[in-house]
Amino acid sequence: MAGKTLYDKLWDDHVVHTEDDGSCLIYIDRQLLHEVTSPQAFDGLRLSGRQPWRIARNLAVADHNVPTTNRDKGIADPVSRLQVETLENNCKEYGITEFDMSDIRQGIVHVIGPEQGATLPGMTIVCGDSHTSTHGASAALAFGIGTSEVEHALATQCLVQKKAKNMLIKVNGKTGPGVTAKDIVLAIIGQIGTAGGNGYTIEFGGDAIWSLSMEGRMTVCNMAIEAGARAGLIAVDDTTIDYYQGRPYAPKGDDWNMAVRYWQNLRSDSYSGDLFDKIINIDAAGIKPQVSWGTSPEMVVAVDANVPDPTKEADPVKRQSIERALQYMGLQAGQKITDIKLDKVFIGSCTNSRIEDLRAAAAVIKGRKKAASVKQVLIVPGSGLIKQQAEAEGLDKIFTAADFEWRDPGCSMCLAMNADRLEAGEHCASTSNRNFEGRQGYGGRTHLVSPAMAAAAAIAGHFVNIAEEA
Amino acid sequence: MKAFTTLTALVAPLDRANIDTDAIIPKQFLKSIRRAGFGPYLFDEWRYLDRGEPEMDCTNRPLNKDFVLNQAKYQGAQILLTRENFGCGSSREHAPWALEDYGFRAIIAPSFADIFFNNCFKNGILPIVLPAETVDQLFQEVVDGYQLTIDLQAQTITTPSGRNIAFIVDENRRFRLMNGLDDIALSLQHADKIKSYEVERAKRAPWLFKDA
Repeated sequence: MAGKTLYDKLWDDHVVHTEDDGSCLIYIDRQLLHEVTSPQAFDGLRLSGRQPWRIARNLAVADHNVPTTNRDKGIADPVSRLQVETLENNCKEYGITEFDMSDIRQGIVHVIGPEQGATLPGMTIVCGDSHTSTHGASAALAFGIGTSEVEHALATQCLVQKKAKNMLIKVNGKTGPGVTAKDIVLAIIGQIGTAGGNGYTIEFGGDAIWSLSMEGRMTVCNMAIEAGARAGLIAVDDTTIDYYQGRPYAPKGDDWNMAVRYWQNLRSDSYSGDLFDKIINIDAAGIKPQVSWGTSPEMVVAVDANVPDPTKEADPVKRQSIERALQYMGLQAGQKITDIKLDKVFIGSCTNSRIEDLRAAAAVIKGRKKAASVKQVLIVPGSGLIKQQAEAEGLDKIFTAADFEWRDPGCSMCLAMNADRLEAGEHCASTSNRNFEGRQGYGGRTHLVSPAMAAAAAIAGHFVNIAEEA
Repeated sequence: MKAFTTLTALVAPLDRANIDTDAIIPKQFLKSIRRAGFGPYLFDEWRYLDRGEPEMDCTNRPLNKDFVLNQAKYQGAQILLTRENFGCGSSREHAPWALEDYGFRAIIAPSFADIFFNNCFKNGILPIVLPAETVDQLFQEVVDGYQLTIDLQAQTITTPSGRNIAFIVDENRRFRLMNGLDDIALSLQHADKIKSYEVERAKRAPWLFKDA
């Protein structure tokens, strides 16, 4: 028998109906909603007079637009405020649970899902946000959708999908000092490119992946979408099961035991290769701390490398992309990465705002202060509960003593929909996931890095080789 | 949703790879709770010289004359010709909403990002995948007034010289787009199947069916 991949198993378990051309109606176990991509979906429901199919399978939170300071004063921007209020009103109208800004459980949608046990192994999970791939870290089939599909999932608890192909990315061996989950995934994207995973679901495996904590696995799967794959996956093991035990929405008692038995089968039947359409092997020991230099996540190099030279690129489309990126980023070909000076530092986002990320950043500071040349360092925890945990551990004191700003949870400067943003021309070391033009503010220049690298850069005022310092 | 059958229209060439949804419609415009009105802000940071804000009147904003969509010869274009991995990044359906509101009904590229590709079909936009060499050739052929005819029924593109280029769209998607069908209504035709799936699944995974 040929066996199945983890993706095959998850897919097969959710097929409701198959059309002649192979497209399927897939059952959705959990939908997460936020304020930006849901208002038009609720409008659609109202216009057609439809009701949500299973209200309790939806969970909502406002994260993209919320302020990270002075919460008690509400949202100053009237357009943002209306969007957040619209979510609240829609949730009230339909009886959907929402964690509002005053709720300790509020946070970034992809942080609170696993934290609450609202997203579990074996589920199909959708959200109107491309970083829904994060939840694949728990062996759930999770992917981002557009607003029409948000409405479709609300109305039918299903989506029409065509099965993707299977890709295995195996990161073998052990990573070196200063190398984190973020560096692993940036190195993968640097190698396969932002379109490398188009049409695939990527399962990440190998010892360097399986030895990661749940937080690290979420960082890796979060950026599957930056490699072009709608969904990333990591198999269930004891780390997964231990993580979910006792979570508020996780099953209890006999249900827990039954769920664990089911979850333990959520891995590919073989990792030798026969089951996958494509396999990429990566040597973990060869990965160094990563820094992106350009305007696409694939424009990334090791911290001890130099900014690339477009004249050495043979492909004209790629050469033009490099030239344009260098111009936008204000960098010179051949410039050392460690010579790039930072104006701001952002530690947060659905990629890197979990407790482990905050601990890693705090560990780098060692009683030092941010460089005088760095204007602002924002630390934005992923949820109210993470904030509480970090404060219980005294991390907030370490950050504020270093002149870092300790903020309230939300998406914040990852996409700058709230007041946290870059000014034109500013360079930012950011633990987020996208370095597109204007992403963190009009004319802003983003460098994607790990939390440890971001903290080290905040102290030094430029990137440093943390592999040597560690 | 508007049905798509045939289209004869002007082509605008946007010669960049990896155009992301942040470039197609920057985040500040995502604060709108409406589905329409995004067209004036399409490619906002490339199209204008100033910084765009939601609900801004764009009629007197300074235009970036170098940007292709601002050139007189491409006014009224309904077909966008572009490069690899178009629509990468965020899942925002505001991207196809903005393209559609601007007037684009078809996009030709060597590849698309998956979520964007899917979102196009929900909004009456036809994304067409062609081999990179064919796209290259079209880029070379685009001149003043260059029009293509797209026939979704026949799955062909006809160039001004009469050359036919074949393309393929999944049968299910083609049918829905050609008829402008409401996906939800179609899926609800399977309501009984959804209910029996739930009954069956609740036996295997009861913890997923204890809705409070």
